[in-house]
Amino acid sequence: MKRHSISLFCVLVAFWLLNSGHYGFLLLALGIISISFVLYLTHRMDVVDHESQPLHLTHKVFAYHLWLIKEIFHSNIDVLKHIWRGQLTITPTLKTIKISQQSDMGKVIYANSITLTPGTISVDLENDEILVHALDASSLEGLELGEMDKRISKLEQI
Amino acid sequence: MDLVISISSGICLLLGSFICVSGSIGLLRFPDFYTRMHATSVTETSGVALILIGLMILSPDLLVFAKLVMILLLGLLIGPTTGHVLAKAAYHNGLKPKLTKSGNEQSSVPSSERGGDISKS
Repeated sequence: MKRHSISLFCVLVAFWLLNSGHYGFLLLALGIISISFVLYLTHRMDVVDHESQPLHLTHKVFAYHLWLIKEIFHSNIDVLKHIWRGQLTITPTLKTIKISQQSDMGKVIYANSITLTPGTISVDLENDEILVHALDASSLEGLELGEMDKRISKLEQI
Repeated sequence: MDLVISISSGICLLLGSFICVSGSIGLLRFPDFYTRMHATSVTETSGVALILIGLMILSPDLLVFAKLVMILLLGLLIGPTTGHVLAKAAYHNGLKPKLTKSGNEQSSVPSSERGGDISKS
């Protein structure tokens, strides 16, 4: 809990300083006042925890992001090809996919990664199934091979 | 050095604009709601990212750069969230996606059952 508050404080300070760009006394004092107000509010709302500040993912999440950027790049090119070739080349498919993540965090990361990748949208998320709509059946096959699933499961383990 | 900076940022901006235009064309061309959302997701990932990277290359100081990075990160966080909410709202309100024949055989039974359950409840 304490770690999470400190991390939230650091993020807010960085956010204020980078957005304001003025370092006079008045603006810094206003910054401190609003940051402490936000900290008080978030504690009162009881939202400062491992879900809003996922510190336990920090050391692994960057490798995953790099891999995700590569995937997004590839699927962008696929969807662009479909756009220019016209709607006869697309095969829209709706299918449920089993997921192996246990925590809510892992499930949300998986569903968001699916939606962020162009060509696939997660329509619905129930217990351990995601309903995915895909522009092209081949991109669903890629998901069913489960590489993204494996990587997120690895990410999830502390 | 100046030339390299302006040329590389120009290439990024041009590519980003091309991708945004392609996304709009896909929005007009594709047959139904869900496939159109795929077209817009191209705009909101690589189109926006390339335009912002092009501007980042041009940025004069750290503050502008940091603001552009923040915009990019926020966009990448908000995009999938709103996309998922839109798709979920459409699906739960009974908008059936147009599927191809092969896709229909695989998934018509579970999807119609699930859609029916949701509309009753």
